[in-house]
Amino acid sequence: MLKFTEDHEWLKPEGDEITVGITAHASEQLGDVVFIELPEVGREVEAGEEIVVIESVKAASDIVAPLAGVITAVNESLPDDPGAVNQDAMGTWFFRIKPADADLSGFMDEAAYQALIG
Amino acid sequence: MAELQRTPLHDLHVALGARMVPFAGWEMPVQYPMGVLAEHLHTRAHAGLFDVSHMGQVILRGPDVARALETLVPADVQGLAEGRQRYGLFTNAAGGVLDDLMIANKGDHLYLVVNAACAAQDIAHLRQLEAQGVTVEPVTDRGLLALQGPEAEAVLARLLPGVAAMRFMDVAEFDWQGARLWISRSGYTGEDGFEISVPLGQVEALARALLDQPEVAPIGLGARDSLRLEAGMPLYGHDMDAETTPGAAGLGWSIPKLRRAGGARAGGFPGAETVLAELAAGPARVRQGLRPEGRAPIREGVAIFDAAEGGAQIGTVCSGGFGPSVGAPIAMAILPAALAPGDTVWAELRGKRLPATITPLPFHQPGYKR
Repeated sequence: MLKFTEDHEWLKPEGDEITVGITAHASEQLGDVVFIELPEVGREVEAGEEIVVIESVKAASDIVAPLAGVITAVNESLPDDPGAVNQDAMGTWFFRIKPADADLSGFMDEAAYQALIG
Repeated sequence: MAELQRTPLHDLHVALGARMVPFAGWEMPVQYPMGVLAEHLHTRAHAGLFDVSHMGQVILRGPDVARALETLVPADVQGLAEGRQRYGLFTNAAGGVLDDLMIANKGDHLYLVVNAACAAQDIAHLRQLEAQGVTVEPVTDRGLLALQGPEAEAVLARLLPGVAAMRFMDVAEFDWQGARLWISRSGYTGEDGFEISVPLGQVEALARALLDQPEVAPIGLGARDSLRLEAGMPLYGHDMDAETTPGAAGLGWSIPKLRRAGGARAGGFPGAETVLAELAAGPARVRQGLRPEGRAPIREGVAIFDAAEGGAQIGTVCSGGFGPSVGAPIAMAILPAALAPGDTVWAELRGKRLPATITPLPFHQPGYKR
């Protein structure tokens, strides 16, 4: 069951880890992505910490850790093919995180997210 | 967004799905559904249509109008042949740049195109020339389109066969469906192309006629910026301003020998002493191109250092981003003139120093029809 954040990330629980990407709405707002810098595997992160740099032709932005935990994997093909985010945002993951607290009930479901972005 | 002006193509932009943003007091399309990257590459390969109606158009008339304009602009205006256009700068008393502009000799008058953000100030500045018998007429009943790209000539010639004979920086007038068009063969992309001044009532009809051609796509301000950056062209307010001299901005080429020290019409414009002394000595700092290592863009405001650690800050990026045709990040910064192509400097990005190579401008070779 996908969950969504107010920062336009999608969260996909897989076992005791969560795979994170950005929504199609976010990728449309960013425009053509030309640079992505991912966090190091093994890094401990806080909720809200800026851990990914994502730059489009227009501007630099950050992706934050949706919750506290440890980064267990990153999509290593992304820095060489940042445009993949524009082609298929929902199918393009950025990182996996093993959360300290796996409770996702505070995040939006798809209907709530769609309502947020109108 | 308070009181933004709209161009005559506003409804067309919205109908085409443009994302509209505030720019210099105007509501302008930053991109269309195609996206900045594809719009940029389309313009380099085919032809792009830009709405530049926000730019200021001004007519100057008077018995000695060219001589008068030379008191504000260090260019050879008197020597500009009828039917030709050239680039110039308004300077201030300190030798800084107030704006850059295009000056066309239309025979019985001069026609200027100035930046949108500076237009009101430029017109007020030009009114000084009224004391020299010049009339200053802001053109408020026309829009401005730019058609840019290697296929621009083929497209426009289909509507107006006469444009094919124009060379780079020629200006001419044409009739199209009852509208008098003022056309110059110029642009802000590093491609061949045309800028077309159109009476307000016919701007949309002409834009639609051009967009109906298979080679043409609408292009927003986002790609306009990346195209001009690759072409090494400065953007006023970013690459030069009232505190930047023409020499430092890398625009000394626009000041011909006859307006420089020892020339037949040396000086006689605001800040001449400062501007000409700097050009005679060779500017200590000049706008240079940069290619950062890797894929991370270095943008306006990024500090440039002379060492990988410690060292001194030697400049700041004035324009920077991703160059779609270059396929890599590119930037410009005003840096010590002693730096030569191939030299390495360091850009401080997110707390890290990233090496960048001094690179000759332009990053992309222009395709002008000379």
